[in-house]
Amino acid sequence: MIEAFASAFGLMLTGDAELLGIVGLSLRVSLSAVFFASLLALPIGAAVALFQFPGRGAVIVLLNALMGLPPVVAGLMVYLLLSRAGPLGELGLLFTPTAMVIVQSLLIFPIVAALTRQIISDLWAEYRDQLTSLGAGRLRAIPTLLWDGRYSLITALLAGFGRAVAEVGAVLIVGGNIAGVTRVMTTAIALETNKGNLTLALALGIILMLITLLVNGLAYGLGEFSRQRYGG
Amino acid sequence: MRNMADTWPLVLQGVTFAPRGQPLLGPIDLTLAGSGRTVIVGPNGAGKSLLLRLCHGLLAPSAGRIRAGTLGSPEQVVVRRRQALVFQRPVMLRRSVLANVRYPLQVQGLGRRQSRQRALAALERVGLVELAGRSARVLSGGEQQRLALARAWVLRPEVLFLDEPTSALDPATTQAVEAAIRQFDDHGTRIVMVTHNLGQARRLGDDCLFLAGGRLVERSPAASLLTHPSTPEAVRFLTAEQGIEPVVANPV
Repeated sequence: MIEAFASAFGLMLTGDAELLGIVGLSLRVSLSAVFFASLLALPIGAAVALFQFPGRGAVIVLLNALMGLPPVVAGLMVYLLLSRAGPLGELGLLFTPTAMVIVQSLLIFPIVAALTRQIISDLWAEYRDQLTSLGAGRLRAIPTLLWDGRYSLITALLAGFGRAVAEVGAVLIVGGNIAGVTRVMTTAIALETNKGNLTLALALGIILMLITLLVNGLAYGLGEFSRQRYGG
Repeated sequence: MRNMADTWPLVLQGVTFAPRGQPLLGPIDLTLAGSGRTVIVGPNGAGKSLLLRLCHGLLAPSAGRIRAGTLGSPEQVVVRRRQALVFQRPVMLRRSVLANVRYPLQVQGLGRRQSRQRALAALERVGLVELAGRSARVLSGGEQQRLALARAWVLRPEVLFLDEPTSALDPATTQAVEAAIRQFDDHGTRIVMVTHNLGQARRLGDDCLFLAGGRLVERSPAASLLTHPSTPEAVRFLTAEQGIEPVVANPV
């Protein structure tokens, strides 16, 4: 076991090409997924917070429930969409990094949208009269609230990223774990552990843990910075 | 003289505010017209802040009508754009002092350079220009209140509502805020102010309204109402506020 740890650190320190390739693809896929999911989730979450419409309660319940969407279910849904017989089969996206970005976006969207709704609701309760008095209607208030809630919202994005980078089921189904093409940290760890190649699995596991720690450290640091600079 | 035909006078006809059927204010019939500063006094829960919020359009009356100006009934949003309200606890946006003052101008679509110039001029007026780059939420209570006045000033409002703007401030800061309020008046802005500070009501008030239990109980020139009130409610309130012991017929 000690030998395996030593070899794992050796791989990390020497900058093993296979290791770096897997880590790089993982980060590219998950960061892209956060970006695309946020483009929709931030304004939609804010709009649900600010506007009253029929079925709003159901939308909130659905967003909250989908935060716990099982990755394999998301993977299955996207697989059915992208498979040859599926409605988007002709695009030939199955078993590509693009498919992995799509499925991770699907997993991240409800997390970011639900957290955004909660953050913006709280901020709106504080800002409502002041912004209205200063001439900003609800639509104009959306960018204002997204900006003023930026530190809390970044924490929501980091939560989404943490979920995406650590999940295995969805990317395995739509990515296929093809070496050098769609193999990311989590699928590689599962495969290499099964094969008995603990060195690579451990090295990837350590890096994944470090990324998780870094993400949580960033979230904490941003919260503290916001509290000190803006009083919360 | 400014053309205030859209915003002044303010006429309230049978206005009540009763959320979920629970009457909190009214019915009130009131005309705010002419020049001079109006102060609104009364005990806690009298409905003073509600009255300001109704006049500013932040709340809609449950019954009755609020009419602004002499040109018919312009839309509430148009009227509100030419009014400003400084809250008892103004909310500071999570931005710099300068960005807080620029914000309402950006909402109105003013360009970067023009909004910056006007915001800096407004900050200069309340003595906060040196703090322009600081985060607004870390300012002291007095500085935040002056910043709120600058944020109102930058809109060049025709009517300014003030909701107890100096309630938590020390005498020196109160003086600075009162000086800033007088500047609005000097520029022809109509001032309607709620205050608990009777000294301030005397210093700043021309017209005085006394509210109690959600009703307009008395209205007179401030100098008269604050020294010789004519209703028992106002007498009781002024006696308590000024700390004068009531006369006891048979002391033990």
